[in-house]
Amino acid sequence: MTPKSAALPVPNAIQQKRKRFVVRSVSPAMVTALIGALALVCIGLYLFLGLDANAAYVLPRRANRVFTMVLVAFCVGVSTVLFQTVTSNRILTPSIMGFDSLFMLIQTVLIFVIGTVGRTQLGTYPLFMLELGLMVLFAAIMYRWLFTGSGLSLHLVLLIGIVFGTLFRGISSLLQRLLDPSEFMVLQDSMFASFTGVDLGLLRISVAIIAAATIPLIVMRRRFDVLSLGRDTAISLGINHTRTVTTVLIVCSIFVGVCTALVGPITFFGLIVANLAYALCRTFRHAWILPISVLLGIVALVGGQLILERVFAFDTALSIVIEFCGGLLFLFLLLRGSIK
Amino acid sequence: MIELSGLTKKYGETTVVDHVSAQIEPGGVVSIIGANGAGKSTALSMVARLVTMDDGSVFVDDHDVLNTPSDQLAKKLSILRQENTLTVRLTVRDLVGFGRFPHSKGRLRPEDTEHIDRALDYLNLTEFEDRYVDELSGGQRQRVFIAMVIAQDTDYVLLDEPLNNLDMKHSVEMMKLLRRMTHELGKTVILVIHDINFASCYSDRILAMKEGALVCQGTPEEIMQPDILRDIYDMDIRVEVINGHHVGMYYM
Amino acid sequence: MSTLAHAPENTSGGSAPEPQPAVKPGATDRSDQAGRPGPFRRLLRSNGALVIAALAVLVLAVISTFVGVADVTPATLMRQVAGGDTAGLQESFHLLAVSRFPRTISVILAGMAMAVAGLIMQQMARNKFVEPSTVGTVESASLGLLAVTVLVPSAPLLGKMGVAAVFAVGGTALFLAVLQKIPLRNALLVPLVGIMLGNVIAAITTFFAYRFNLLQTLNTWMIGDFSGVIKGRYELLWLVAALTLIGYIAADRFTVAGMGQDVSTTLGVNYKRIMALGMTIVALISAVVVVTIGSIPFLGLVVPNIVSLMIGDNMRRSVPWVGVFGAGFVLVCDIVGRVIRYPFEIPVGTVVAVVGAAIFLAMLLRKRARS
Repeated sequence: MTPKSAALPVPNAIQQKRKRFVVRSVSPAMVTALIGALALVCIGLYLFLGLDANAAYVLPRRANRVFTMVLVAFCVGVSTVLFQTVTSNRILTPSIMGFDSLFMLIQTVLIFVIGTVGRTQLGTYPLFMLELGLMVLFAAIMYRWLFTGSGLSLHLVLLIGIVFGTLFRGISSLLQRLLDPSEFMVLQDSMFASFTGVDLGLLRISVAIIAAATIPLIVMRRRFDVLSLGRDTAISLGINHTRTVTTVLIVCSIFVGVCTALVGPITFFGLIVANLAYALCRTFRHAWILPISVLLGIVALVGGQLILERVFAFDTALSIVIEFCGGLLFLFLLLRGSIK
Repeated sequence: MIELSGLTKKYGETTVVDHVSAQIEPGGVVSIIGANGAGKSTALSMVARLVTMDDGSVFVDDHDVLNTPSDQLAKKLSILRQENTLTVRLTVRDLVGFGRFPHSKGRLRPEDTEHIDRALDYLNLTEFEDRYVDELSGGQRQRVFIAMVIAQDTDYVLLDEPLNNLDMKHSVEMMKLLRRMTHELGKTVILVIHDINFASCYSDRILAMKEGALVCQGTPEEIMQPDILRDIYDMDIRVEVINGHHVGMYYM
Repeated sequence: MSTLAHAPENTSGGSAPEPQPAVKPGATDRSDQAGRPGPFRRLLRSNGALVIAALAVLVLAVISTFVGVADVTPATLMRQVAGGDTAGLQESFHLLAVSRFPRTISVILAGMAMAVAGLIMQQMARNKFVEPSTVGTVESASLGLLAVTVLVPSAPLLGKMGVAAVFAVGGTALFLAVLQKIPLRNALLVPLVGIMLGNVIAAITTFFAYRFNLLQTLNTWMIGDFSGVIKGRYELLWLVAALTLIGYIAADRFTVAGMGQDVSTTLGVNYKRIMALGMTIVALISAVVVVTIGSIPFLGLVVPNIVSLMIGDNMRRSVPWVGVFGAGFVLVCDIVGRVIRYPFEIPVGTVVAVVGAAIFLAMLLRKRARS
């Protein structure tokens, strides 16, 4: 068969081909290097800017914050990109689908069931592991049900996720009201995103958990690109879709759980980072998208915190600013998608 | 050979595919026809493990579709659904390259590159190979997906309404291409198709479904009979023989 | 050629028709599938059913009046009357007049008005999944309230409410304008856009509330709570009663507007004017409720949808039902919030959010099951 391709003037086609080839081959690596450098600059500035005689006191605290933010950027970047890959769209993120609300609900229910006394008896870390375990269990059940059932419209999934989030938050605050005021205070602290003063032990155990959860991702890294072609094509190409998606969702729920435990909920951060990464690197290869989105996350968090903290002297407003920008971006994506 | 026995799918109370049993011999073009909602696409999807069956079994060359590891099956059988919207921006070559995934597991070897080159060449896509798929026209995009299936190099190629959204010219080209694939590459092409005249002119066998059940199967001459077509579609269709092809006149 | 017989013998067990009970539980009204009103539906459409429902709400109102920390119940009143305890009786009446009656009245007014506002909103957006708190109206109202609190702290309550209402009109207009930009009116996209618009406005509000140390105050606007209602601090709510009445009078026009601009024009209804009226009613109701009580989420979404399932979408018929159900729904939630952790109170907004979100979710999943 000879379609209209034959009529196309060949030189033109070759010209176009060359141009594209140049742009595509250079950019992902360049982008990664540039953003990586920017991330390093941000970290450096954050750590050492305005350091005075109190360095011995200030520096460890700053390092703690930077480390927390890097960890969060890693979790959010990776989990959002992979979540969007397995759900084949660029609007859904674990946070928008209610993952972090679910984690907060689990925290609240646990406090409600075992009380502050049980909390101290159990110890912080076993409690944390218990919370994470429950999170994985429920997230895997719920979201597998939502995503592996074929043919559910994106908007319905999105709306269901958002309402689930609202419901979880509603139940959490209802249960909190049922708690004693003292127990309420314990929880209240964990309900707002804040990058200040994360307990060192919690940080250590988080690193261990994240590292462990990353292993299955490394094992199946080659499948991510195929998954982004959509369920049917992926199955036709021999991917065990249900199992792969379930694994990714479990890892996502661990990442989100750790993140929420560390700094609290930040709904739209992943959406911003992932979509910026897609826009910047112009390739579908996860080998590039994943590192770029993590680096972007570091730039956004550390740089944003740097500006807000040192220039405007707002301490915990970063999550509000992220919420605002992310909401606008989300609206834009929604409307653009529908107009298309 | 693909062997279906007692294949059944239910959605709630409604049975979409109802105990379908058939044997599809290797080689040639096999068309599945039937009215809307007859269960054609669902049956095809079950054969390709995209939809889980509620009852019955499918064997592809003695491999049970239910138990065979998905990546092994992907070397035997490929399927192309009608809506192929990509959320990712891919070049033609990238997408066709994914056809090699079952063989290469993501790391392209020299022989994979050869397969990709051949598939692109077979569909006259070589000069488009660095264009993005979403920049192509509907007909071209369809060819890119076919090229991907060819690169996958399976014995059986399943296509769900491949003529959807194609104009007459591109439909004829597509059907000719599918025939050529069976002759030159020795593939077995099984497709769901709405236009009975395309099915009649280009298939070796036709399976007809109605209300979830397989009602008859045979060569185009056997199926293209007014009384049988009335059974399948509940309407009167006159059949004329033009240049040895049986053509149904259903426009008025 | 081989003609395969259709395989009718469905031997896979359990499919043989089992003896059915005479009346399937839960299937009270199967007539709607046949298209003609069955006895249950006819009953629903009669005024008698509405009166019964209104009486039920009245009973709830009486219960609500006698729930509270101070011991004022019909029994104590009787004892005081019988025992000639005039001082005690006076004290009881004082409590009723200052605290209990205002509270019950404000619950009824707010519930009724927010539910009707949701219904009007749905007609205007031509979408079943919107209501003032999912399209940015409530968020805009609290932004306005915050602005006036920061800029003119000494403004009287009525002035604050006015500013909040202006902002609420602006937010609603913004939402409807964004809707115009969606050529393909996807039923689920509309509430998504609304919720996100609300989130963005809420983020702005939160930011400034944080800057001016008003987060605590903002919280009282965002979570509806009747515990602060006493005589002298709820009377603005009577305004929403008047607005609801206007909504009822203009019901036919809203029904027509709900069929779209083209149909409205054909039927001789001034579409723009009726949209402006609807926006004003919704915005004013939201502003008043946010100022006096705080936001009551999902109420305007859940109640009209339930009523729509029962008796359809003709607003002339459905407004009274929506009003009655709205009042009843909030009364129940308020009573629950007061007794569940007695003697502490749980804000009604929290209770409604849980129940409302659960019902909304059920509605969405039902939609999924059907499609």
